[in-house]
Amino acid sequence: MAKYVIVGASAAGIGAVEAIRDVDPVGSITIISDEPCPQYSRPMISDFVSGKADFTKMKCRDDEFWKQTNAEAILGKKATALNLAEKAVSLESGEKVPYEKLLLATGGKPFVPKMDGQDKDGVFTFTTIKDAVQIAEKIDAISAKSAVVVGAGLIGISVTEALVKRGLKVTVVELQDKILSLLLDAKASEIVEDVVKKAGVDIVTGQSVQKIVGKDGNEGAVGGVILTKGGQVPCDLVIVAIGVIPRTELVAGTQIKTNRGIVVDSNMQTNVPDVYASGDVAEAYDFILSQNRLLPLWPLAMIEGQVAGYNMAGYKTTYAGGTNMSSLKYFGIPVVSIGLANPKEDATLEVLTKHDAERKVYKKLVLRSNVIVGMTLVNSIERAGVLFYLMKNKVNVKKFKQKLLEDDFGLACLPLSLQRKMCVVQ
Amino acid sequence: MKRIIAKQEACMGCGLCEVYCTVAHSKSKDIIKAYNSERPKPISRVTVERNKPVSFAIQCRHCQDAPCVTACLSGAMTKDEKTGQVTHNKEKCIGCWTCIMVCPYGAIKMDKEGKVVAKCDLCQGLEEPACVANCPNQALVFKEVKP
Repeated sequence: MAKYVIVGASAAGIGAVEAIRDVDPVGSITIISDEPCPQYSRPMISDFVSGKADFTKMKCRDDEFWKQTNAEAILGKKATALNLAEKAVSLESGEKVPYEKLLLATGGKPFVPKMDGQDKDGVFTFTTIKDAVQIAEKIDAISAKSAVVVGAGLIGISVTEALVKRGLKVTVVELQDKILSLLLDAKASEIVEDVVKKAGVDIVTGQSVQKIVGKDGNEGAVGGVILTKGGQVPCDLVIVAIGVIPRTELVAGTQIKTNRGIVVDSNMQTNVPDVYASGDVAEAYDFILSQNRLLPLWPLAMIEGQVAGYNMAGYKTTYAGGTNMSSLKYFGIPVVSIGLANPKEDATLEVLTKHDAERKVYKKLVLRSNVIVGMTLVNSIERAGVLFYLMKNKVNVKKFKQKLLEDDFGLACLPLSLQRKMCVVQ
Repeated sequence: MKRIIAKQEACMGCGLCEVYCTVAHSKSKDIIKAYNSERPKPISRVTVERNKPVSFAIQCRHCQDAPCVTACLSGAMTKDEKTGQVTHNKEKCIGCWTCIMVCPYGAIKMDKEGKVVAKCDLCQGLEEPACVANCPNQALVFKEVKP
């Protein structure tokens, strides 16, 4: 019997395997993935489509990983049922995998709203390597010239960049009034939008796609989309990139508590003892909002997986929490956005901004009681990590507040006591 | 492991560490070529932090629990369990800047031309890191410290 069973072999699953092996070199690990080739970097699928990375480069751990960690990887098989009383996971092949400790790291799946014509040939989602391979092959097969991307979030803009690099004319359709609306405020979004448009991309905001229409003479293939306000955009491909929702099917009907995702405590354990959840499927702690919520982000999934792994192996560890945080490189403009980057009007918040239109530099910090709770940095991100440290450690910045947005802000601006704590000076 | 430690009271903020780091990480190892003609332009992995009258040089701390390693999307940043070093594989790096977002020391640099990051590798192959060896006031020391 496997001591540890992990369902899902992406960031959270990998993080858990590494953590378990850090404290338990011998306990048997079985990891189950419905993908034939795990240990690849999901965020890199856009680099695959653009041609910047091949699959070898996308492997975030080398091929020896499962051997080195002495983990049995069951690949290309889907876990279909969970029996908590029996402590076993059933696979679609009929096999049963019993466990002592279980981690659910099943991730997310693309959310696709109902659209007329969505079953036409040439409609894709964009979350796995399979999607990326299919899109790349389709572009070649039909010599695709144009695409409509539905959704201007992280996935939407990243696939847009990849398609532009492949030479396609791309139209992005976004329901909100700006691109990257969950991450950026109006100003930052405008700067990025400007760069995206200069790359030849059309951006339609405040609308969605109501219908996907066929090609003349080939109704079954994508020929264009009709927008909600009636406009029509011809295209060869449609990529639906509205967002991801947790893959909670495995726990449906069990006593494992779910909200939007699987509910976990600060040890990443569910309400059922010995069953843990991490990554896009779990609602983990947000240290800025002081509540648990879905945060489908690779680096957080990795840490959550590590925390689960340590606890599963008996090394008590608490998850310090993450927050909405992303670093973007789209179309060559670096952007970092963390926490309450775009808060609603709130008298308890103090907002510091600096904008240099010529250099396309925009910096914004959001403070509450002299503690950083949100930030956006556009085209000047080198000091993002220092600011994030202050944010994460809830450092009172009152004494050096005026320095925070300066170009020469850095560790030398911090109080000596903090420099010593960080061990940067003796 | 041996780490580079800054002595704030001895640092004059001259920036020579940055110059020698740049040259040490250039292809030519020649100061004129490194600064004038080499492409992609070699960049310094050490930064002199200045806030008058305070100055000190900082580079990758090779953290025990390195946030950059956990955050790295592509597996380019790894922790060598034997040496304790945080190593960066340029070939695997995709320049997503996620490590820059989480490095508390701001010690990871953007190599904009190469579209990858660059950071201190403790000058592999040299007896002593170039910044330490060439500091005119011995404000950088390379010594064994507990992680």
